[in-house]
Amino acid sequence: MYSSEITKASNFVQGVDTAFLVIMGISFLFLIGLTVVMLVFIFKYNKKKNPKATQIEGSTKLEIIWTVIPFLITMLMFYYGWAGWKPMQRAPKDAMEITAYGRMWNFSFEYENGRRTDTLFLPKDQPVKLNLVAMDVLHSLYIPAFRVKQDMVPGKKDNFMWFEPQKVGTYELFCAEYCGLQHSYMYTYVEVMEDSAFQSWITDTTSVAASVAEIESPAATGKRIMQNIGCFACHTLDGTKLVGPSFKGIWGEEQTVQTGREKRQVTVDEDYIRKSIYEPNADVVDGYNKGLMVSYEGQLSDDDINNIIEYLKTVK
Amino acid sequence: MHTTNAVNGANYLTYQGKYKGLLGWIFSTDHKRIGLLYLYSIATMFATGVLLGLAMKFELLAPGKTIMDAQTYNATFTVHGVIMIFMVVVPGLPAVFGNLMMPIMIGAKDVAFPKLNLLSWWLYIAGVVLVLCALLFGSGTPDTGWTFYAPYSFKTGTNLLPAVFGAFVLGFSSILTGLNFLVTIHRLRCPGMKWTKLPLFVWTLYGTAWIQLLATPVVGITLVLVALERVFGVGVFDPALGGDPVLYQHLFWIYSHPAVYIMILPAMGAISEIIPTFSQKHIFGYKAIIASTLAIAFVGYLVWGHHMFTAGMSGTAQYYFSLLTFIVAIPSAIKVFNWISTMYKGSINIQTPFYWAVSFIFVFMVGGLSGLVLGALATDIYVHDTAFVVAHFHYIVFGGTGFAFFAAMHYWFPKIFGRMYDKAWANIGWLVFFIGFLALYSPMFYLGMMGMPRRYYDYLEEFHGGNILSTLGSWVLVTGFIIIVVNLVRSARKGPPAEMNPWHSKTLEWTVTSPPPVLNFEKEPVLGEKDGPYNYD
Repeated sequence: MYSSEITKASNFVQGVDTAFLVIMGISFLFLIGLTVVMLVFIFKYNKKKNPKATQIEGSTKLEIIWTVIPFLITMLMFYYGWAGWKPMQRAPKDAMEITAYGRMWNFSFEYENGRRTDTLFLPKDQPVKLNLVAMDVLHSLYIPAFRVKQDMVPGKKDNFMWFEPQKVGTYELFCAEYCGLQHSYMYTYVEVMEDSAFQSWITDTTSVAASVAEIESPAATGKRIMQNIGCFACHTLDGTKLVGPSFKGIWGEEQTVQTGREKRQVTVDEDYIRKSIYEPNADVVDGYNKGLMVSYEGQLSDDDINNIIEYLKTVK
Repeated sequence: MHTTNAVNGANYLTYQGKYKGLLGWIFSTDHKRIGLLYLYSIATMFATGVLLGLAMKFELLAPGKTIMDAQTYNATFTVHGVIMIFMVVVPGLPAVFGNLMMPIMIGAKDVAFPKLNLLSWWLYIAGVVLVLCALLFGSGTPDTGWTFYAPYSFKTGTNLLPAVFGAFVLGFSSILTGLNFLVTIHRLRCPGMKWTKLPLFVWTLYGTAWIQLLATPVVGITLVLVALERVFGVGVFDPALGGDPVLYQHLFWIYSHPAVYIMILPAMGAISEIIPTFSQKHIFGYKAIIASTLAIAFVGYLVWGHHMFTAGMSGTAQYYFSLLTFIVAIPSAIKVFNWISTMYKGSINIQTPFYWAVSFIFVFMVGGLSGLVLGALATDIYVHDTAFVVAHFHYIVFGGTGFAFFAAMHYWFPKIFGRMYDKAWANIGWLVFFIGFLALYSPMFYLGMMGMPRRYYDYLEEFHGGNILSTLGSWVLVTGFIIIVVNLVRSARKGPPAEMNPWHSKTLEWTVTSPPPVLNFEKEPVLGEKDGPYNYD
């Protein structure tokens, strides 16, 4: 959110805000000035006060003046726009790299040590390079407080953004490129911490985010994995119907599915769940649309899926 | 000529040709009847678009679900955009007032190819039907937004191909109208109507016609590529097939950005007629306005990339597009300076069309100046794809083209229908509409600055206030719209008969009876040395 309280939240704030100030300041000046002049003319040269118009066909001098001056002003605006944007183009070599995944409809972040989260945890005063990966359609990673935005384009190489958080706090992170049904729910938060706090967080494998180490029950791990990859954006736990069927009471249930052109009955068991995650469009539950879910093959290991199955058994 | 005798005494509204009733209209090759056909069809589409917009604003009155679910909302803004852009503002002023007035303004009996002109209207109707069928039938209404960005548009509904085909047919209507106008303006000017005596509305139609002719075929190219991908599986846009989604954006904006100038140039032309008429004064800087029209038409081709600053183009491409975007702003500024200077030392007669024209200049300035924020790289990165952009283009496309359309409607209404509207109600309608407009779109600038992304079905609590004001504004605007429409519809049938030249204008359409005779002029007009569209002495 654009607010004076969080100025200097990142290294780009000053450049971008200067450009805003210059462009909007001059624009307001012109808008007010021209409007006032226009109103004065309308009032002063009203038919009642000025029954006979003075015919003036133009003035080359004026035309030149009001071509050259706006040209210079717009070039000034261009310059400030360019100057605020240029540093965004190249990330410093010592930047911490994080991979940001966008999919319908959530973000997840993977750190160099393999930790995955759905909130973006960052250390203060450390340049960060986000490598952007779109899993399905276009998304756009937008952190208003940092003044950064970059589209996540499926299949695009070298798709990145960088910035340096400079103030501890929690900031909003939105998807700005329309991406379908739940677009307006595709947002998360950025948590900027003091470097020491971040270091203890990133090395702490016991809390907050799913990681390789497993010290909790398989069902709890399964739930965390599902939260992090965003299953619940489309599948509820309380029986409410979204674009995908609810998980409530799903284990062991009889389902009618569409396989190709034919309908058949299946029981929700381990094989069915595994297949639904790896080949989501092979058997589509009756009443839902094909093509909305992408395969998670390669993203979720067999262990992950076993944990998910353990969790789904508990959703009653 | 004996054909003139056959219709003597009758005007274009009342004469009877080969067919009776409705057939006499939909098969008429009279440019004025075709203009009215466009007016009625475009007005119908506009009213539909307004209703959809109203529903969207109602949904955004409060966070969470208000009246519709997310899927319906997404489909609503898609259909709203498609209708308003392709079926209302792109044909808009050229098809309606270009057809109704341009041949008379240059002293011609009709356009160069009257049958082609009728075909253009039929193609428009065919395109509308095709697109609407693509939107409404099949596997559900598309929810892609009017931009149909790949690859989402390939994953959702299967109706993309027919929709693009419909846009292509609509494009053909546009191309043929452009071609027709170009030939008409080149070949059919009456004796003495030199290029330097052409009314500015005609000049802007001329610039527009070139854009229509040269930019619209890109839609055809896109259609072929979409077909290759959809039917033969050639990977062009879909990354799953090895295509590039950004290529789709390029092709889309190579047409759709010049299309913005198709929308705004004739609007500027109409304003350039109205300001001198109601100031009773020669237009200031006639040649500068022509030069700026041609400059906009030309540079307008080269700025499409400013829609894609966050899409990941190369850095060089980005600052090139940003620079040209600033350059294309200058001719628009020149026009504003000349309009305001035209009022200087005029004898201003404040009437409804003048109110519309002045409010046009105001909203156009806001729209244009906010465009500078979007043309600069650093600031665009921040406000791109937010409510700020929505505010900006509604100020330009609705505030600009829409206000100019209403200005032109109230200006030429007595000529078109031979009757005058109720001026008091027309002014009230304008005021309510104007206030509603400001309340509806201004908060979106603020919301965008706060960081609210566009195409949002739901939003966080911090964005609530601005959205309430915007929704209230939409109700006020629609109230104004209803007042305006009721007044005009009623007056077209029951208003007092209008004079030949109620505004004391100098252009040729005001020298014929209201409504104009079938072949426009009893005898071909000849412009003398001292005659000119703005010679008020």
